[in-house]
Amino acid sequence: MDIDIVEVIVIPVIKILFIAHLLIIGVMAMIWSERRVSGWMQDRLGPNRVGPQGLLQPIADGIKFLFKEDLIPNHVDKPLYVLAPAMLLVPAMIIVAVVPFGSSMTIAGYEIPLQIADLNIGILYILAITSLGVYGVVIGAWASNNKYSLLGGLRSSAQMISYELTLGLAIIGVLMLSESLKLREIAEGQGANPWEWNFLIHFPAFLAFTTAVFAETNRLPFDLAEAEQELVAGYHTEYSSMKFAIFFMAEYMSMIVGSAVVVTLFLGGWHFFGLENIGGEGSVLAGLISFAIFFVKTGIFLFVFIWVRWTLPRFRYDQLMNFGWKFLLPVALSSIVVTGTLYIITKGNRLWIGVGNVVAAFIVVAIVAGMLAMDNNSKSAAQNTPAAAPLRGLDAVE
Amino acid sequence: MNPEMILFFIFGAVSLIGAIAVISFRHPIYSALSLIVTFFAQAGLFVILGAHFVAAVQVIVYAGAIMVLFLFVIMLLNLGTLSEKGALTGKLKGVAIILGILLAAQGIYIAVNALNNTEVGSEAAQEKAAALTNNPIETYDIGELLFSKYLLPFEVTSLILLAALIGVIVLVKRENQTEN
Repeated sequence: MDIDIVEVIVIPVIKILFIAHLLIIGVMAMIWSERRVSGWMQDRLGPNRVGPQGLLQPIADGIKFLFKEDLIPNHVDKPLYVLAPAMLLVPAMIIVAVVPFGSSMTIAGYEIPLQIADLNIGILYILAITSLGVYGVVIGAWASNNKYSLLGGLRSSAQMISYELTLGLAIIGVLMLSESLKLREIAEGQGANPWEWNFLIHFPAFLAFTTAVFAETNRLPFDLAEAEQELVAGYHTEYSSMKFAIFFMAEYMSMIVGSAVVVTLFLGGWHFFGLENIGGEGSVLAGLISFAIFFVKTGIFLFVFIWVRWTLPRFRYDQLMNFGWKFLLPVALSSIVVTGTLYIITKGNRLWIGVGNVVAAFIVVAIVAGMLAMDNNSKSAAQNTPAAAPLRGLDAVE
Repeated sequence: MNPEMILFFIFGAVSLIGAIAVISFRHPIYSALSLIVTFFAQAGLFVILGAHFVAAVQVIVYAGAIMVLFLFVIMLLNLGTLSEKGALTGKLKGVAIILGILLAAQGIYIAVNALNNTEVGSEAAQEKAAALTNNPIETYDIGELLFSKYLLPFEVTSLILLAALIGVIVLVKRENQTEN
């Protein structure tokens, strides 16, 4: 077999090393910006002592975590306790393999697509690996042998299973119009201008998907798994030192990857007013610019993550379940029906599909809200307790 | 030995070890986790066969959804380690042995048949394998088959799932009314 070693081994290895390090540096940047942006939003300074503007703070934190005593409590299930942080970190890290982070560039005759692997089933791969992320939380919680940890883990697994459905259903409209499961083709299918991007055509699905991403990453307002006021620190109560840090790295990594996926699916990928074609398609300059555009878009979306954290309060458990099952899921389902129907009727007219999706989502939300209001009225007439059915299962544990 | 063969032996070994671990561990949580490892290795085997879609579905449905529910239930019920007494006894043991022998016979029959009918390692077989690996089955083809040739089985399956769904809702609803 004649294999071109440069194409088969050297280029992929360089890309993998580049992306893996970019992710880790991205985590450090997120730790810094989360604390500084939070400080800015709350009209205080945030950490600003280590290095210029406090930029070296994440390194100081990392050193502190590394040198702390690695404590393993006596009552834990040791193998699983040690394994759990890795089970959370690895899925968060390998999803990025299929995300296209730029167009392509030609160096020394090799056309290099800026993506580690363009799988046939790209989007399914993301869903598959996302669904594995829950194990780290659940196993960590169970192995800690602590009731607060277990409650956090149970909450989180229920939440992740519920919102995974929305995650999967919300993208089907996008897949129908781009007629491909490959992430590169989905990104390429969106035009250069913002009004040609998927988030306008599938606006309700975009909102549902984004919300589900927030839930999957366990971020506020969905961080019931680690609600400090109720559960100490939730599933990582018993973790200290570097193992605790790995839980946090995994959370930030899944935020970064989640943002990158949203940008690819809904926000046009590396497109921005044709800027990505400066220097000709496939040239090094165009490749670098497209990467920069993708990078900035992901960064802006990450800012939204922090922004939401300081805007919305945490949901209550039954509110979380009601919101996921009774609002997000019907909206995602309506986007499938409407996109499919209008695609046939209007022969793929993007404008009509976009309008139809929004109208359908409004109707669905109105119907659900009306039914819930009626349900609540009849219930409060019968007895004066709020609907707390989903909590019943947890009461048994407590 | 080509790369596919090496990967086949790795994934095959992992899935076998995982499957043995499922029945060897005393603790249900460890068994469940071993089962996840097995499912994952099987997804790897599907990828080698060029069935990317099946591999993804295997991970999403089995490793991602069903096993999470398994773990959920095990944790909620807080099952302890199984003791020797909890193992199969009496009549159950007999049934288990008979079923086990039947299953083993089936496996051996399939293996022998496959070995007799296709010459493993022959050029034709290798070419076929290479063609499968290099031209993975497109998801598009699966969709087309499901909605044309296999439309009836597909619809029947979805009806069964719908019936199960409605059944669950009815069961949950009844419990609610009695409690209220």
